[in-house]
Order: sequence, then C-alpha cells, then structure tokens
Amino acid sequence: MSGGGKWGRRFVIAVPNIWLILFFMLPFLVVLKISLSEPRIAIPPYAPLWDWVDGALRFNINFENYAYMWEDSLYINAYLSSLKIAAISTLLALFIGYPMAYYIARSPEPRRSILLLLVVLPFWTSFLLRVYAWIGILKTKGVLNAVLLRAGIIDQPLIILQTDVAVYIGIVYTYLPFLILPLYANLVKLDDTLLEASHDLGASRISSFFRITLPLSMPGIIAGSMLVFIPVIGEFVIPALLGGPDTLMIGSVLWDEYFKNRDWPVASAVAMVMLVVMIIPIMILRSAQNKGAEI
Amino acid sequence: MKYRLTTALIALAAAGAVQAQENVLRIYNWSDYIAEDTLEKFTAATGIEVTYDVYDSNEVLEAKMLAGSSGYDLVVPTSDFLQRQIAAGVYMPLDKSKLPNLANMDEALMAGAAAYDPGNTYSVIYMWGTTGIGYNVAAVTERLGEDYEVDSWALVFDPEITAKLADCGVSMLDAPTEMIPAAMNYLGLDPNSTNKADLEAGAALLESVRPNIRYFNSSQYISDLANGDTCVAVGWSGDVFQAQARALEAENGVEIAYVIPKEGALQWFDMMAIPADAPNPDAAHAFINFVMDAQITADITNYVWYANANAASMPLVDPEITSDPGIFPTEAAKGGLWASTVYDARTDRTITRLWTRVKTGQ
Repeated sequence: MSGGGKWGRRFVIAVPNIWLILFFMLPFLVVLKISLSEPRIAIPPYAPLWDWVDGALRFNINFENYAYMWEDSLYINAYLSSLKIAAISTLLALFIGYPMAYYIARSPEPRRSILLLLVVLPFWTSFLLRVYAWIGILKTKGVLNAVLLRAGIIDQPLIILQTDVAVYIGIVYTYLPFLILPLYANLVKLDDTLLEASHDLGASRISSFFRITLPLSMPGIIAGSMLVFIPVIGEFVIPALLGGPDTLMIGSVLWDEYFKNRDWPVASAVAMVMLVVMIIPIMILRSAQNKGAEI
Repeated sequence: MKYRLTTALIALAAAGAVQAQENVLRIYNWSDYIAEDTLEKFTAATGIEVTYDVYDSNEVLEAKMLAGSSGYDLVVPTSDFLQRQIAAGVYMPLDKSKLPNLANMDEALMAGAAAYDPGNTYSVIYMWGTTGIGYNVAAVTERLGEDYEVDSWALVFDPEITAKLADCGVSMLDAPTEMIPAAMNYLGLDPNSTNKADLEAGAALLESVRPNIRYFNSSQYISDLANGDTCVAVGWSGDVFQAQARALEAENGVEIAYVIPKEGALQWFDMMAIPADAPNPDAAHAFINFVMDAQITADITNYVWYANANAASMPLVDPEITSDPGIFPTEAAKGGLWASTVYDARTDRTITRLWTRVKTGQ
C-alpha cells in the first residue's frame, strides 16, 4: 500500500473540499463582498469594492449596511420571529414525528417498508403543488371548512389561511419527513435486548421508554430537529403562500430588500447576519449531540 | 402588472438557462398577458421560433435585468420601472426604421408614456391599465345597503366601511408604490409627493384600515374574488376583469365589478423594450412591429381585457370592451388618472419601510 493508496486518499479528501470551496466558500465571499459595497443604479446594482485610481488600488469598503440594520428594530424582530417560528415548528414536528418514526421502526418487515415508502411518497409531487393544495384545504370556502360546516361542528367558516396557524401547518407538513427519516434510522438500530433486560428488572414499558429508548434516540432527535430547524429559519415560500401580513420572517425581509428596495448590499448584509444567527443554535445542538453520543 | 409567485420561482430557477440559437426570439412577459394564437401567428409570418417565459412582478424582472446577461430579446416592464432601468443602461434604443407600424399607435398615449421614456426612444406601449377596486356586487350591497354607491376609495380606505366588509375579505396589492400614493390621493395629497410627511400620512391611513385587511397580495385576489373567498380587492383592471370572466364561466352566481374611483387612480403602461445585450435584436424589432399590427393587438386585448394604445386596432376590439369605462375610462375619469413617479433610492427605502410597518405592524 504505497503511492496508489495515498493518491486515492488525497482524491477522496479533495472531492468534498473542492465541493465546499466551489459551492459554499466562493458564494459566501461573493455575498460578503456585495454586503460591503454601496448600491447604485447600474448593472450590477452595486459599486465595485475596489478600483484602480491613477495606478493605485483603492478600496471602497462600506460598513453602513450593517450599521443600518442595527438602527432599525425590524431586522432584529424578523430574526427573532423566524427563530420562534422555526423552534415551534420543530417541536410540533417532533411531537408528531417521534411516534410515527417509533411505530415504523417497531413494525415487522413488510409493513415497515411500506410505511417508509409512504413517508417518502409526498416527495414525488412538487413541493409547490403540495403547498398550493393546502391553500385549497384551508381557505374560507375550502375543503376543511366545508367538512366542518357540514358536520355541524362550526357555524361560521374558520379563517385559517393567511394566519400563522396556516404557516405552522404548512411547515410541519412539509418538513415532517426530514425529521422522521433520521429518527427512524436511529430507532431501528435500537437493541431489543436492552428493553428485555429493563423489563426483566421490573421497569414498566413507560419507564423503559423514558430511561432507555428516549436517551438512546437523542442523536436521531437532534439530527432530525436540525434538518427541520435550519431550513425553516430561512423559509420563504410557505409563509409567502400560506401566511398573512402578520407573519414576519427574515426570508420576506430579504425579498423586500432585494426586489423592492433593489438594495443588494443590504440584502447581502441581512443574509450574512442570518448565517451568524444560525450558527448559534447549530452550535448548541451540536454540543448536545456530542453529549448524546457519549452516553 | 400581475403577480404570481409560482411562475416567479420557476422563472428564477430557469434564469440564464437560455442558449444562443439560430433565429430564436426569447420573450419574457407577464403571465396571462397574450392571446393564445399570437406567437403561432408570429412564427408563421416570420419563420422565427419563439421561446416564451413569464414573470409576475416588476421586481423579479428588474432583478434579472440588473444582474445582466438575461439572454432575453424582449421584455415588458411597467413604465416607472422602465425609466429606472433605462437610467441603469439596461435597454438599447429602438431602430424605428424597422417599426413601420408605429404609425398605428395612439399619439396621446405614446406622449403619456414619453414621460418615462423621452421621445419613446427605448420602448413601445404593449398594454395599459389602471389600479382600482374590484368587488363582489352582492356581498358589498348586503353589507353596505342598497343605496351605497361604490365610486370612492372610501370602500377600502375608510375604517368604518372596511370594518363592515372585513368578514367577507378585503385584500390589497402588495405594491407599496401603488398603495401608498393611492392612500395619499384619498387624503387629498399629491400622490406623486416624495415628502416624507405625506408618505407617512398615507401609510398611517393604511395602518388604520389594516386590521380589516385579509391579505396583501398581487395575484391571489383574481381567483379569490371569482370564487367568492374575498369580496373587495384593490387590483389591476384586467386582472379584475379576468376574475369577472372566471366567475361567469364557473356560473357560481358571483358578480364582480371594477371601478375607477372618483378620486382618481394610477394609470400605468406596460412597455415592450429590448435589453442592450439581447442576442437577437432583429427578431425583437420584428416582434414589436408584429404586435403593433391592428389585428394582432386587437386579438390580445380581446383575450386579456387590458386596454391597448393602438388607435388602428380600436374598430377591431370587442365593443363590450371598448365601451367598458373600467377598461377605457371616460373622458371625465381620464382627468383623475395620475402617472407614477420614479423615486430616488432613499424614498424607495422609506416607502418599503413604511409598507413593512403597514403590513406587519413593525
């Protein structure tokens, strides 16, 4: 095992590195660069960060875009509101997704495959169409209200669409499979002998669940929660289609900066800060995950 | 002047994917904004193949134009957006020797459009319209009484009236540069004022009716009005007429009407223009000239129910459309129409910020 193995290893390491440089590092630097420039009416709509004046390189770095975000409470409120919506959605998805993942993992083989297929099945239809379908279900003269009115449960149609409730329904529905799949992968590996031992030692089923299954499934819970929490913070489409004017999320603030104000520099600064804001909860979850792995 | 999120997202995803080919014309136009057979007829007449993409907001078009190298040969921005894009160097001057059908155009309307594009150097009017109010006749009568005449912006700007309508749904366009000036106009202020106090007064009026507004969206109201899901919408003329037509087709008993309020309304022009870096400007000129043919423009108006600026086409347009004061305003109503202004970056930011406050209370 000499030259060939070494080159093979280098190649294997180089592929993800090149990927990260091309698709994360470079776009990140481009956004950073735009966030430090000044807007103007031109193609592209921002001033260059550096130019040559009389043979000297001159930098035009501008931190005003960041300062501007501090002065207006809108941005901080939008970040906080996004974090709140993401946190509540993740918890809701966890309460619904955990029993589902548990049930699938405990099912005998032929049924388990079918159940897993059913979890993945919605992905075969466009995400956008599925969100549109929710508009049809939730709207004032929609399916849900028609059923509830017919059944005599309500007298007046419920106004759900264009409220935060509709946003939560849409987000939890859309992201549920991302939580179920890693959780299932974790739960299915659970060693049955541990549960048998716990049972033999006199623990009830409920106590066994909380003392054995739940702690052991922690890595799955964290992995699944991260897959829901992180994309939901930056979610734009679901609140845009199902949400009302009260739904404040950073995605729509970013849209306004970019399209309505055509201020690419401030839009880039908002995106940079969003990245930083997201790193904090991710670090917390990571450290929780590491602790979970040690158990 | 239409907005549909889906198509925006699809268009964004497809950005830049257009490849240079032999004699192909790449058009980027508003969704639902052309007759069904226009492109077929163009290809039959000229042999030029057409790739046709759609967008649903000026903002999306503008972002693509300002990024450059869009690959499109012909786009249709609204006049005020066009003016700013001309300043950014987005468009090429038209070669009028290739546009003999310019003779068909209505001189007064082209002069109106020249306020944005001096001398009509870069653009020709495609269609034009107004921003007024669409409403469900029966639902509004039921709530405001037989005697209430819908002819004023009070229907959407008076908190007492909107409170009575809130339960059946009132919507507004998500277009701050149209809504805030409309509110200022209702207050008796100049809708084109850039004075911060005036803008704030307009926004404050909108905030006062905000609790009674179901949503701010620029396309959803078409189907919601048609289905009876909402009953009053500030909307673009042709879109409201589309809602009216859909309700008639569905035979669901919903009657939609459009009114240009007596206080006045915004008049806008959607303009055909050629990006400076268009791969096939000759084909784009050929298309502009083709659309200015009297019959072709008449076909488009008959299909989309937006007014055109082609004087020669008028006899060919459905009398039902030409006689509708919501589409072709009466001489008296024309006096109340105002044109939008182009704001400087600072005013733009003020307006967007005020709009966020109106919408979210932040």
